[in-house]
Amino acid sequence: MIDFELSPRIRNMRNLIHQFAANSVRPVARDYDEREHEKPADLIKMVHGMTKGAGFSGMSRKEGKEEEGKPSERTLMGAVLAEEMTWGDAGITLSLPGPGLGGAAIQTAGTPEQKERFLDRFGGDKPVWGAMAITEPNAGSDTAAITTTAVRDGDEWVLNGEKIFVTAGKSAIVDSDGIVVVWATVDRSAGRAGIKPFVVEKGTPGMTLTKVENKLGIRASDTCSITFEDCRIPCDNILGSPEVVDKTRTEGFKKVMATFDATRPLVAAMAIGVGRAALDFLFDCFEKEGIEIRYGLNPNKLSGLERDVMDMETNLNAARLLTWRACWMLDNRMSNTLEAAMAKAKAGLAVTLITQKAIEIMGPLGYSRKLLLEKWMRDAKINDIFEGTGQIQMLIVARRVLDFTRAQLK
Amino acid sequence: MVSFQLDDEQRMIRDTVADFAKNELRPAARKCDEEGTIPEELVRKAWDLGLVRNAIPESFGGFGAERSVFQGVLVAEELAWGDLSIALHVMAPALFALPVLEMGTGEQKSEHLPRFCADEFAAATMAVVEPSMSFDPASMTTRADPDGGDYVLNGRKCLVPLGSQAETFLVFAVTARGAGYAGVDGFIVPRKTTGLKKREREKNMGLKALDTIELELKECRVPRNNRLGGDGGCNFLKLMNYSRIALTAAAVGVARAAFEYSRDYAKERVAFGEPIASRQAIAFMLAEMAIEIDAARLLAWEAAWKMDRGEDVSRQAYLAKRYSADMVMKTTDRAVQILGGHGYIREHPVEMWLRNGRGFAAFEGLCMV
Repeated sequence: MIDFELSPRIRNMRNLIHQFAANSVRPVARDYDEREHEKPADLIKMVHGMTKGAGFSGMSRKEGKEEEGKPSERTLMGAVLAEEMTWGDAGITLSLPGPGLGGAAIQTAGTPEQKERFLDRFGGDKPVWGAMAITEPNAGSDTAAITTTAVRDGDEWVLNGEKIFVTAGKSAIVDSDGIVVVWATVDRSAGRAGIKPFVVEKGTPGMTLTKVENKLGIRASDTCSITFEDCRIPCDNILGSPEVVDKTRTEGFKKVMATFDATRPLVAAMAIGVGRAALDFLFDCFEKEGIEIRYGLNPNKLSGLERDVMDMETNLNAARLLTWRACWMLDNRMSNTLEAAMAKAKAGLAVTLITQKAIEIMGPLGYSRKLLLEKWMRDAKINDIFEGTGQIQMLIVARRVLDFTRAQLK
Repeated sequence: MVSFQLDDEQRMIRDTVADFAKNELRPAARKCDEEGTIPEELVRKAWDLGLVRNAIPESFGGFGAERSVFQGVLVAEELAWGDLSIALHVMAPALFALPVLEMGTGEQKSEHLPRFCADEFAAATMAVVEPSMSFDPASMTTRADPDGGDYVLNGRKCLVPLGSQAETFLVFAVTARGAGYAGVDGFIVPRKTTGLKKREREKNMGLKALDTIELELKECRVPRNNRLGGDGGCNFLKLMNYSRIALTAAAVGVARAAFEYSRDYAKERVAFGEPIASRQAIAFMLAEMAIEIDAARLLAWEAAWKMDRGEDVSRQAYLAKRYSADMVMKTTDRAVQILGGHGYIREHPVEMWLRNGRGFAAFEGLCMV
């Protein structure tokens, strides 16, 4: 039965998070943008208390567990709350504690024992961060090019290599007793089939934080380089099977890649939150200035401003609908790889353009750091890049609609 | 609780209409476009689907189903996917019947609705658009002035679907100047009314199979009782909302036809040793088309769903229609582009879809759900 209305449970939660975003996050957004690398300690404490370690996007995790096997609203809830949070501030949202992407991979591919061993820490008294390390200096979207190695030595795996662009890397392995899920190859000749995820806990010898990046936006969030030098971890820290049974079979790899089916709609929702912030701001300004957006007129009678604003508004709404659909499918156990990529492609680009346009509309005011518009444009851009660039999303969409393999469409 | 799942009835209706579009509309589309007519036999078959009759109460001879904008949106997309001209032709009677059904007086209903429940196709239509560069329904120039027990209509209309054949027209005209949508009313004008002059059939870029005409109203006098809704008038904005949502869905149908055709072509057409779809230049165009089609469809769905719940969707319906008009233009253009030289040749349908798609920016009140 078609329904575009959020359940009372999500609505209530959204209202709560909106208040938090408006009253506690937005007022300090500029501050933590300028004090790059400094975490909003008070907010972290507050959120950790509120979510009991699940992170804002996993607030319904416990409920989801109870309803195992039945359709849930978990992903949709995550998306709706992510939108509210990034409406407050995207950088701060990303700096908040929780299992993050690493946790998502463990949820997707871990055994019950591994979930307990690695995820229980997030429910403790202190805030804890999880991170995922995939990207390398020479391997971004092309994950098959990963060169970090994992070699079996007795009861242990030995990791060697360098990872970059690890979101919350410092938070996970320096500031808290967190975990990093590291992707490494056990057999370079096997390509994608040889790439496996490994969980490395904070304090493991051989794992070193080497750099915290300075970025265009989302400055409140730490993006890090981590090196592994003869870093030894227990052999059962691998997620999924260690075997490369058949070099053409990449099921294990695909299973963890399926994490993206859940995270891409969330990134799309994060983008939408930033776009909505910019659009809300514009509408407030129009009201103060007495500028009316005249809906219902022939295009020839519309001003350039009206056209722009209408485009922005409709694109944002369309992106949100695509995002909700991708979430709903996952919550109802339908394969959503295509729809998740569509949502992220649309939202990532739409919000990048919306925030750029918002600055143009506000003229010199928009360019000034007195307002948050310029920050929103900087923050928005990341959504068109991380979790797969817009171009990677287009590739996924194209392959799916064409029913083409990776070999047929490179 | 959010859900994107069609229920069984919605799926059944969509599938039935989709089959009809595939088996009846699509094979006839090119010939209709070239010849400028639609065979009566085909119109009759479409009429037998009972799409208009469905929502009319049993007391007037209809099937008495609950009217659903959402269902209408599903139907409009599928029919337009088959062929836009034929779709608009067979849906045209709804332009007259649905406003009367919802906003007509008891007398208007009992006089006009039974005709739409008969076995014979009932040719009736609506006249909204005017031949002006900056036309919009909120500031039309056709006027209706009260005069004794009558209204006197003066003005010009164009793009009136089914204009040559229609027995009755629902003509929209301004009764209160400067009041925007609220100042517009509908008037039931029988074909033979003095002062109603039907100009010759229009020659349009697209929609060539659809009979559209220009209408001239010169001191065209109709009784007061012919004002839609009587002295209380009608809710014209709401009618435009129905129409804009229907047009959005129709645009999605046309775009989807073009997308599917060019996608299949790109997979088969080999250049430089591989299918052209294996090149990102082509593949990314198709990906964008697929995303934008889904985006526009969801906008139509959301607006339709809200309308069924009784919400005011004026802003949303306008934005959705505006978005889809752009989308269908871009998508059909890309489809021609993907076929290259072949896309320009009339052996393939994509050039027809491009011509049909271009019209949406100007369409208002051409179909209704």
